[in-house]
Amino acid sequence: MHVPDGFLDAPTSVATGVVAAGVIGLSLRRAEREIRESGPALPGLTAAFVFAVQMVNFPVGAGTSGHLMGGALAAALVGPWTGILCLSVVLLVQGLLFADGGLTALGTNITLMGITTVVVGYLVTRALLAVLPKRPHSVVPAAAAGALVSVPTAALLFTGLYAVGGTVPIPLDRLATAMIGWHVLIGIGEAVITGAVVGAVVASRPDLVHVARHLRRDLVLLDADGRATTVSPDRPDAVRPGRHPVAVGLLTALVIGGVVSLFASGRPDGLAFVGSTLGFGGSAHASAAASSPFAHYGVAGLGSGALSGAIAGVVGVLVTVGIGLAVAAVVRRRGGGPPDAARSTPVQDDRAPLAPADR
Amino acid sequence: VGGSHGHGTSAPATDGLLTLNDSPVHRLPAHGKLLALLAFVLVVVATPSGAWPAYAAYAVLLAAVVALAGLPAILVARRMLVETPFVVFAFVLPFVATGARVEVAGVGLSRAGLVGGGTLLAKATLGVVAAIVLAATTGPRDLLAALERLRLPRVLVAILSFMIRYASVVSGDLQRMRVARESRGYTGGRAGHLAAVAAGAGSLFVRTYERGERVHLAMLARGYTGRMPALAGAPASAVQLLCCAVLPLAAVAVQVAYRATAAGQA
Repeated sequence: MHVPDGFLDAPTSVATGVVAAGVIGLSLRRAEREIRESGPALPGLTAAFVFAVQMVNFPVGAGTSGHLMGGALAAALVGPWTGILCLSVVLLVQGLLFADGGLTALGTNITLMGITTVVVGYLVTRALLAVLPKRPHSVVPAAAAGALVSVPTAALLFTGLYAVGGTVPIPLDRLATAMIGWHVLIGIGEAVITGAVVGAVVASRPDLVHVARHLRRDLVLLDADGRATTVSPDRPDAVRPGRHPVAVGLLTALVIGGVVSLFASGRPDGLAFVGSTLGFGGSAHASAAASSPFAHYGVAGLGSGALSGAIAGVVGVLVTVGIGLAVAAVVRRRGGGPPDAARSTPVQDDRAPLAPADR
Repeated sequence: VGGSHGHGTSAPATDGLLTLNDSPVHRLPAHGKLLALLAFVLVVVATPSGAWPAYAAYAVLLAAVVALAGLPAILVARRMLVETPFVVFAFVLPFVATGARVEVAGVGLSRAGLVGGGTLLAKATLGVVAAIVLAATTGPRDLLAALERLRLPRVLVAILSFMIRYASVVSGDLQRMRVARESRGYTGGRAGHLAAVAAGAGSLFVRTYERGERVHLAMLARGYTGRMPALAGAPASAVQLLCCAVLPLAAVAVQVAYRATAAGQA
């Protein structure tokens, strides 16, 4: 998905470069305390990990294998700010040393693959964690859903950038259809891989998973008289999920919806391609998008502009959250047993994701 | 790594991506090269579509730099393979773009798509070759020093330097884990092997994270106070920087000449 030189015109390339530089600056400031404590080696090695793991062939079913983009994975493992820094550094190295992605398209590539995937992946993961059971294993479906949403969102943003600064007149609805359809497939692979990798980390070192830090269980000490003392684990980030998880989830959804609608309203025909996206998001058949009800609804029923864009954005968010909740429900049911049973046998519970490998 | 070591001239050895020969391009200051190639590619991107004479002139300029740097054509060609996915995309463009159609071998193709696809191919190829020249003539350490000199935030340069230093270590870890996994029958060909491959990637993260913690503790033990020592790049003279500026200035001249000719014809 690395964009080469000349794919977008010079003003768009420069503008995305400015956006990328601004977000990296912000990430540096937000991650400053963390980097001061852990040193620059830790994010550097995490970037090396992302770089290495992008080259791994993951079998994702039907005889195909997929590569990881790693945005949602990095967001789940090391948090959004460090994740953005790691992905940006990886893209910088790929562009400067490996000629993968153009020099002038570096800002575009960082904006799409370094920032969008991390931010969207993180927001979706956190939103789902707010409604899933409060245990470390909830991170697995949450991170998978984050990865699933992050890749088509980046593709959508790419289509938007192409609409602004594309160099060849391709009909936008067809470009969007092709891009989103293809990247929904890639997103499914990304989701499977991300969920599997996060599951493997949670099984052995749940404390290393950034988004699961607040889910660690209290340590209960029993003395000789049978009195229990509870020792809470360190909670480095004050990221407690709040008293109203649904409200937190909706708030996050609104943030995403706002971003999508802003982007959609930037184009007169914005809803048309957001609508075709929704067709993809809602239906299992990739080819059904052209005749999706949303596409017609958008073109015929509503005028263009911010309102229709916002509606499309909110509907898009609801569809994606719905998919995420469905995935979560399936995973929860498959996990078996009420959360209390799992809590009483923590060791076996932690081993669960590794079981297929041991077979 | 870094710096240029005198070596054979016919087929230079390589150290990673760097070719180990001594050429005027190798000797130029890294930050000058980085800025020059970036400016060159920016000029290329800003050229109107379908400006074939201008693209040809850019290609001649870039080929001169490749020759001056003593890079073997086979090495450049091999590294250009990274561009393949977008070559495919460029060939698809004439079929999907809109506008007037032209008949080519009995197939109706979009004229705008043909021009656009050709333009995309030309610009992307020029950009890829420019990046290859940079990586093949500049050691990673010099590149880091150049980025620091270009006022990239020091923390970012530090992260970048650790990534480059440990990329081979982490890849080696991954390689050993792959050998261990495959020797146990999990060759990763089928979907059932996903859990094994993912467990490898997961434990690679845990190993890498723990290695990062150990590296930081080792740095603290050796007196790290929160500031990385500055990467002193080699000093650059005004003449060297002027040499770097030749390529983008020539490209600008080409584009100005092309636009003047095109305006004169119109």
